[in-house]
Amino acid sequence: MQRIGVFVCWCGSNIAGTVDVAKVAEALKSEPGVVLSTNYQYMCSQAGQEMIKEAVKEHKLTGLVICSCSPRMHEATFRKTAAAAGINPYMVEIANIREQCSWIHKDMEEGTEKAIVLGRTAIAKVNLNAPLTPGESPVTKRALVIGGGIAGIQTALDIADAGFYVDIVEKKPTIGGKMAQLDKTFPTLDCAACILTPKMVDVAQHERIRIFSYSEVESVKGFVGNFDVTIRKKARYVKEDVCTGCGLCTEKCPQKKVPNEFNLGMDNRRAIYIPFAQAVPKVATIDADYCTMLKTGKCGVCSKVCTAKAIDYTQKDEFIEEKYGAIVAATGFNPISMDKFDEFAYSQSKDVITSLEFERLMNAAGPTAGKLLRPSDGVHPHKIVFVQCVGSRCASCAEKGKEYCSKICCMYTAKHAMLTRDKYPDTDVTVFYIDVRTPGKQFDEFYRRAVEEYGVHYIKGMVGKVSPEGNKLIVQGSDLIANKQLKIEADLVVLAAAIEPDKSARPLATMLTASMDTNDFFTEAHPKLRPVESPTAGIFLSGACQGPKDIPETVSQAGAAAAKVIGLLAKDKLTGNPCVAHSDEMMCNGCSSCEKVCPYGAITYSDKEFRGPNRTTLIRRVASVNEAICQGCGCCTVACPSGAMDLKGFASKQIMAEVDAICK
Amino acid sequence: MQKVTREMLIEKASALLAEGKVDRVLGWKNGEFSYDVTPFVFTDVESMKKDFVFGDFAFANFSKYLIKETKKSENKVLVFLKPCDTYSFNQLLTEHRFNREKVYAVGIPCDGMVDVSKIKEIVGDGIISVESGDLIKVETLYDGVKEIAKKDVLAERCVNCKSKKHVAYDELMGEEGEILDSNRFDEVAKLEAMTADERYAFWQNELSRCIRCNACRDVCPACTCEKCVFGNPNSGVENKAASNSFEEKMFHIIRAFHVAGRCTDCGECSRVCPQNIPLHLLNRKFIKDINAFYGDYQAGEEVGSRAPLTNYTKEDLEPSEAVNKEEN
Repeated sequence: MQRIGVFVCWCGSNIAGTVDVAKVAEALKSEPGVVLSTNYQYMCSQAGQEMIKEAVKEHKLTGLVICSCSPRMHEATFRKTAAAAGINPYMVEIANIREQCSWIHKDMEEGTEKAIVLGRTAIAKVNLNAPLTPGESPVTKRALVIGGGIAGIQTALDIADAGFYVDIVEKKPTIGGKMAQLDKTFPTLDCAACILTPKMVDVAQHERIRIFSYSEVESVKGFVGNFDVTIRKKARYVKEDVCTGCGLCTEKCPQKKVPNEFNLGMDNRRAIYIPFAQAVPKVATIDADYCTMLKTGKCGVCSKVCTAKAIDYTQKDEFIEEKYGAIVAATGFNPISMDKFDEFAYSQSKDVITSLEFERLMNAAGPTAGKLLRPSDGVHPHKIVFVQCVGSRCASCAEKGKEYCSKICCMYTAKHAMLTRDKYPDTDVTVFYIDVRTPGKQFDEFYRRAVEEYGVHYIKGMVGKVSPEGNKLIVQGSDLIANKQLKIEADLVVLAAAIEPDKSARPLATMLTASMDTNDFFTEAHPKLRPVESPTAGIFLSGACQGPKDIPETVSQAGAAAAKVIGLLAKDKLTGNPCVAHSDEMMCNGCSSCEKVCPYGAITYSDKEFRGPNRTTLIRRVASVNEAICQGCGCCTVACPSGAMDLKGFASKQIMAEVDAICK
Repeated sequence: MQKVTREMLIEKASALLAEGKVDRVLGWKNGEFSYDVTPFVFTDVESMKKDFVFGDFAFANFSKYLIKETKKSENKVLVFLKPCDTYSFNQLLTEHRFNREKVYAVGIPCDGMVDVSKIKEIVGDGIISVESGDLIKVETLYDGVKEIAKKDVLAERCVNCKSKKHVAYDELMGEEGEILDSNRFDEVAKLEAMTADERYAFWQNELSRCIRCNACRDVCPACTCEKCVFGNPNSGVENKAASNSFEEKMFHIIRAFHVAGRCTDCGECSRVCPQNIPLHLLNRKFIKDINAFYGDYQAGEEVGSRAPLTNYTKEDLEPSEAVNKEEN
């Protein structure tokens, strides 16, 4: 029989405000095994912990139940306290009477009743707890960064500079991401390429960084410190190590009608291409969807003109397997599709464009060589209307847009307006906005300059409709401050499309067992205190895959993620979790269900000799668990049809005892 | 189609026994009545000639017997498998439950088995003998001999036969059949169409008749645990008496969950139930749902196949989608 001590925490008024802690302590006194039940203002404080240690000594306690906040907050604290008091840390159970009780109840009576039930549940479990000892596992000193935008680049550089090896996996033929497509960056207006491309080169030249471009993560197995990752290197039909990036093939390829995704389809490229001049790696890629040679077997021009003999039409997808200690998700964002926003006539007029398309139009390396010309007729527009929050803050229209604020649009629209007025003072610029949000260093000053120095017309209100008429666009909107309806004849309309996480993030999150929110942004381990870690150990978050971010914020978060990765890789060994699976060989059928569902490959089967009736020997196929690899997820215990598999610390019996205690 | 007869099976078995290829034969033998056929392990031709039967009541699915039988001798055992039995055979191999090397499997065709309770509905009690055939000759104490068309008295599982094709064998006798489009989910759909209260009443009525004889578990080729949870003192449900009317159902619901994704729908559970509870409907509901949620999957169709419930693919639907599908 256990000798259990129950310690009910007030958490100041956090718990005591809604839960009668004295009553809870009193009620739990009569539970089986309980020899002491008491309450205290702050159980996690030094004094509270001392009180627990004293009680262990005085009452010869063998198990502790702490009724306090979530175990995610202080389980580790109280386990340490238990260890210091000389009892096994796994003899401690937390009853969460704060997040799951006092914070969500208003009524003292109800809250108290529930707290008693939660306490009783934890006591029922401790009665069945057994001391556990954790094992250790090694750390592979190599990190994987998924996504080669500015977030991935910065994270990789920081980790590599600290002395660890890093691989970047980028699905596009070049690293650089969205930043490579931008023209100027707010609030300082320095050229995006000028500050990004040196970093891309740093990555390429770094002795500890490998770039897998035109590649995707195929599968992830393992756990923190020991991930086994398979990377699919898609066939680019060009030998990467032979191609010199001279670009001759991209000039001679006869297939000229391929929409150029780097310029968002506003011009064409060839079937063999290098996305942009500063691409890293600077290697050509054949677009198999358009290449005549790959589709019909007739052409071969690129192969003929290539002096380096780099073209290989027979190339196949290649699979690379590598071990990593840490994985960083840096999958970035995309503007949402404008298909559902017909009111803005995006699909009807070429002269209604998104802000990212506007970036390309303003960019010296873009389809118009940096001249601001209308996509429809190549004429310079004299009246431009910018519409903000297209699909952002769209609470009422969640089926087409996003509820959240995309964060970057106010600033880049101010930038676009300012750049337009700066280069073309003859152009009239109007911005429709719901609110202008400019929290950030030098941000509001930037916006004020657009309004005050550059004479951009800011109108509070939304645009209801854009309709093409002749070569004009009729913009109907409301001016909420003047309280009147406006009708503007514009030459060009620019939509600040909301941003959303890249579509590759959802399947990746599933592979990484990392959690996501309803918008498919990766969830952080703690929104304030652990913002760059995923709740899954060993998985870190960098950049806009965690939430909308501008460049300065992305770069700081990328550095923070790198710091966390470095902290992990610097360790030689990780202390494991002793709450691992264990198979009862006498009950195991050998069916392999557990082996199939184990995400970590911790289960193996072998034929073992058992004693049969009448001095016979039976050979049976039974499962065994490698405790160093097992992460205690419990999948196997559910899959096991015979109940041979159980989880230490979370045995089916313990969980049933908890359920029984709740239902009593 | 050439019919496979009792004599042909005995001939096949005696040849294999004589060759030394096998030393035992898993076959059928008459029980107390000619419609009450039970499995039997034959070791010589003489006893086969005397007792071996084959016909419209040779229901027993031998696959499960192989678990114990293959451990008894170093030699192979001969087993006759009807098409539906081969699915259980493969499923057990998938779960590593017996050594394939120790079995010589002969696939035999099947044109359906006969449900004696359906005959009784026609002729009443007092059946003395039943002779297999397309026209079944039934002799009763009171009415003499009656002829009944076999198609009218086929067992439910044979009316809704899912496959006449063997998915495993070493040797095939007779002609190979095909996988069929069966209406086996129609009954499930009817249950699904009920309101929750109606459905509860339906199962309450059916399952309250259960006498916990464990026949369904003992015959089930998916129930092959070394120690069943219902016999495990650590499980907390060992030999537990039902403390209320709902707990009567727990045995069957737990069992249906345990075999979900592994049940081949062989129908043995319903056949052996002395209380005529349509237990196969519970399992079919799971099969139907698995097919709807993860795409068609037939347990036992392939050795080593990954059942959707113990597999993960990126295309798997999210739990919320499953709920929506269910509601629509």
